[in-house]
Amino acid sequence: MESTGNRTRTLEQVMHIVFLATATASIISVILISVFIFMTGIPTMAEIGLGEFLLGRNWFPRHTPAQFGIFPMIISSIYVTIGAIVLGVPLGLLTAIFLARFCPKNIYRLIKPAVELMAGIPSVVYGFFGMMVIVPLIRDVFRGLGFATTGFSMLAAIILLGIMILPTIIGLSEAAIAVVPRSYYEGAVALGASHERATMSIVVPAAKSGIFASIILGIGRAIGETMAVIMVAGGQSIMPENILSGVRTMTMNIVMEMGYAAGLHRDSLIATGAVLFVFILLINIAFNLIKRKVR
Amino acid sequence: MRKSSGKASGYDWFIRGIVYLATAITVSVLLFIIWHVVSNGVPHLKPSLFEWKYTTENVSMMPAIINTLIIIAVALTIAMIFGIGAAIYLVEYAKPGNKLVAIVRITTETLSGIPSIVYGLFGMLFFVTTLNWGYSVLAGAMTVAIMILPTIMRSTEEALMAVPMSLREASYGLGAAKLRTVFRIVLPSAMQGILAGVILGIGRIIGETAALLYTAGSTHRIPSSLFNSARTLAIHMYLLAGEGLHKNEAYATAVVLLIVVILINLLSNFLAGKLRKEYNQ
Repeated sequence: MESTGNRTRTLEQVMHIVFLATATASIISVILISVFIFMTGIPTMAEIGLGEFLLGRNWFPRHTPAQFGIFPMIISSIYVTIGAIVLGVPLGLLTAIFLARFCPKNIYRLIKPAVELMAGIPSVVYGFFGMMVIVPLIRDVFRGLGFATTGFSMLAAIILLGIMILPTIIGLSEAAIAVVPRSYYEGAVALGASHERATMSIVVPAAKSGIFASIILGIGRAIGETMAVIMVAGGQSIMPENILSGVRTMTMNIVMEMGYAAGLHRDSLIATGAVLFVFILLINIAFNLIKRKVR
Repeated sequence: MRKSSGKASGYDWFIRGIVYLATAITVSVLLFIIWHVVSNGVPHLKPSLFEWKYTTENVSMMPAIINTLIIIAVALTIAMIFGIGAAIYLVEYAKPGNKLVAIVRITTETLSGIPSIVYGLFGMLFFVTTLNWGYSVLAGAMTVAIMILPTIMRSTEEALMAVPMSLREASYGLGAAKLRTVFRIVLPSAMQGILAGVILGIGRIIGETAALLYTAGSTHRIPSSLFNSARTLAIHMYLLAGEGLHKNEAYATAVVLLIVVILINLLSNFLAGKLRKEYNQ
């Protein structure tokens, strides 16, 4: 009897350690990812010259001498992300307000899964849809207005990303609005406010931290999106002149050239990934700071 | 008592209008995307697209479907061991105020914010190059396993926390030790919630492209070992769409992807909903 008792105890202790070990998987992953991206990224930036790399406007990786300036791509990533936010946030926030405060229960049961489905649709399907529908639409409309454009443009990327961030904005904003204490709303209504005014002037402002967090997460999604953008944005590695210019974002740069890049060229693509990673880490930090404030 | 009891003011109508309009736009966009893909894709869903062999004349998606299943199986095995194990540690073993738990939480959240292209780069640098696995099923599967780890961890954690304390106490009361309680009582009760997360993870793998393009590669054959390159269905579709010659086949592939994703969402919602009903009475 005693030996089985001991064996059970040993097994208990071993499994405790096994579970503990599995719990460290995410820590190890984050460390490995950071180490591997920066281990190549930082020396490459040093070799090219940090200013040259981040602020250089010429991307000629296969010229002699080669030039590795990713400033146009950083700017394009930022423009496209801002555009997607301008388009997606009002639409998503108003939809979230509808779902949280205006929606009858039976309709909610239809719309909520639909919004979740939007998050599940693969990037390539969005991208293909953009390529077959949004790009030709932009081409036809703006050619009709006298602009020379192929349709593969910043605008196409903005519209597509604006759609793609909707589930992120809607999901988090709705949750934030839903947890505002009932008393806020009831207080406003008791003071004579209509349902609409109480919602817009009291409830939604009270959820502003959560809504802000959803926007930050949306920014992260938009700036990190790759495949969908590749299929609609054109890919020109020059400074965008206007919203109809073809652009290349940081994420696009990596995928478009990784297939044939070698040596410093390949390393410069990884360094592009490192810059993107820094953006993402900053966005993560901002998100966590806001979330802490919510609590 | 001016406006609330009586007729709605112009302001109220305006707010109601934009809120309804925005929702209508959101839903219409989704329906239009689905309609566009289905109406253009279904006519091209020919049996020949499901033949065992891919040729340049007949760009069959069957090998890509099988490759996707293989990568899902390998990635899930790894992600479930670590994801479920970690969740068990966090919920059942860790004491409140444990420093490690805080770090695990932060890193898990960081992982879920990392874009797939960064995973792809890491997978290429670590699994493909440093470990010298080459473009391979294993490299791709490991990369997406890390990617879906947060999803599986979080859903398992929530499912475990939803299991009432009384069940555990009853088990201890009957003399069962911790391990037995976890495996015989807690995990079976939490199974549906865990499954809901696993299914979401499967959905992410099926839709993934950027993380797999430079890890699993794009060979169109069914791999003979885990160290062969293999394209998944999403990569297959990306390549078809990019070639320009196979728009119809790309639409057909998109329909398959879309149907699978819809089924996965329904299933995951169904499981999560059932769990909620069971414990939230």
